[in-house]
Amino acid sequence: MDFFSALSQHAFLQTAVAAALLSSIGCGVMGTYVVVKRIAFIAGGIAHSVLGGMGAAVYFGFEPLHGALPAAIAAALLIGWVRLNWRVQEDTLISALWAIGMAVGVLFIAKAPGYQADMMSYLFGNILLVPRESLWFMVALDFILLAIVGAYHRQFLAVVFDEEFARLRGVPVGFFYLLLLVLVAVTVVLLIQVVGLILVLALLTLPAAVAGHYVHSLGRMMLIATLLGAVLSIAGLALSYGPDLPAGPTIILLVGGVYVLSAMMAQILDRRRARLAAALGARQGGPGE
Amino acid sequence: MNPVIDIHGLSFSYGSVPTLSGIDLQVTEGEFLGIVGPNAGGKSTLLKLILGLLKPQSGRIEVLGRTPCAASRLLGYVPQYPSFPRDFPISVEQVVQLGRLGLAGKGAQRDGKRHALWPGRVSSADREAVRSALDEVEAGDIAKRQIGSLSGGQLQRVLLARALAGEPRILILDEPTANIDQRMEGEIFDLLEALNARLTILVVSHDVAFISRYVGRVACINRTLVCHNTDAIDGNVIQDLYGEPVRMIAHSHSH
Repeated sequence: MDFFSALSQHAFLQTAVAAALLSSIGCGVMGTYVVVKRIAFIAGGIAHSVLGGMGAAVYFGFEPLHGALPAAIAAALLIGWVRLNWRVQEDTLISALWAIGMAVGVLFIAKAPGYQADMMSYLFGNILLVPRESLWFMVALDFILLAIVGAYHRQFLAVVFDEEFARLRGVPVGFFYLLLLVLVAVTVVLLIQVVGLILVLALLTLPAAVAGHYVHSLGRMMLIATLLGAVLSIAGLALSYGPDLPAGPTIILLVGGVYVLSAMMAQILDRRRARLAAALGARQGGPGE
Repeated sequence: MNPVIDIHGLSFSYGSVPTLSGIDLQVTEGEFLGIVGPNAGGKSTLLKLILGLLKPQSGRIEVLGRTPCAASRLLGYVPQYPSFPRDFPISVEQVVQLGRLGLAGKGAQRDGKRHALWPGRVSSADREAVRSALDEVEAGDIAKRQIGSLSGGQLQRVLLARALAGEPRILILDEPTANIDQRMEGEIFDLLEALNARLTILVVSHDVAFISRYVGRVACINRTLVCHNTDAIDGNVIQDLYGEPVRMIAHSHSH
């Protein structure tokens, strides 16, 4: 059936599209910081430890999402603290937290009383099952995120660009670094509903990375990554609808494909630009700058 | 007159090996001080201690009458190696604007603590200061360029502009000419000489012969510190410092 005619009839599809749009804001804004600060590994650690919180919520009979947010924030603070104070073997410690969080989650879910929740939908997401009430929760998270980034974009830029210099200018670097990770955690929770916690890293980083191939300021990267995230997740949803494929992996394959093509194209463009510059330099017969 | 930088009995070590020991140094306002010494002799460490990026194990540092951390906003720092990736998506203008962080706005007192936590946009005063800092280092024409597209010399000017944008009272430079060619080296030092009219300047260099044409005094650091006025520098001084005879190259030709 045609996705767009189905969209006008089915409320669950409309909810899914709204969820995709709302999550793409976080994906574009925070994804840009994750890419330029090169903290994808930290974001991955946060995303995977979230399973611990979701598992605990299921075990104690709460909504998984209500466990995901505190778990993500706790993981962000813990990882951030490790990074700021314990620089030795940072990667090992983050992998440990990554795995421990997941192990805790799996144990909780295995022992959850009564109805065994479908672990697949936490791991790989199910955008079609996003409840309508979750949309307001997502709106609130987006609002908090945009308000904080809007107010402190100069401080965030200082911290992601050059921590040492930011410290000399009196910017509380540790505070803004932790705040940044907490916002990444919030974004992870937004995106988990769309693609699940295993695939979240791709949706967080790849649209921003594609944007970074073509534009060279954080603001523009955020804008383009947001639009790209929105278009690609809705396109993935539409593609998956006809043949009844899981939406999350379809979206990720689409995003991944676009990223690979874009990376190749950026490489070709760069080479051509370099060739043109060299040819121009040779014709002018003098050294360039 | 009170010294702007006052260091007494300063010792620092990273591990079990002391990097600096028993350092005494007074820098007076308006001075142009060169800091020289062999690699791993502790030059950069001393700068980091003055900037408050490192804490000494013993001894006392006062900068402009306060602790180094409290004074860091009144210092302009140009690092030896940029501590950011060259492909970061940021323009020259935006880099220099970051130098304005932590600065109190017009009418506020100079203790900029609030401003660094203050949300908000770049003010018109900030823009003005950024433009004049870029003009001062003769980099006004590259304001819109990406930092990744700059040559070594241009990047050095931009880092100097970033330091100047914060309206510092003391300028601290760590090997500002290590990655650029000799002609540029002369240009940068001519610029520093002009800035010295209103700023106290500390500059680390490996080239004692070259900088002695510009600076008034040279601090030689190799774990301990000895000061010389530049007119007193000869082969013996350099030999003491480096521990072996160093051939002095006459530097009379113009760059």
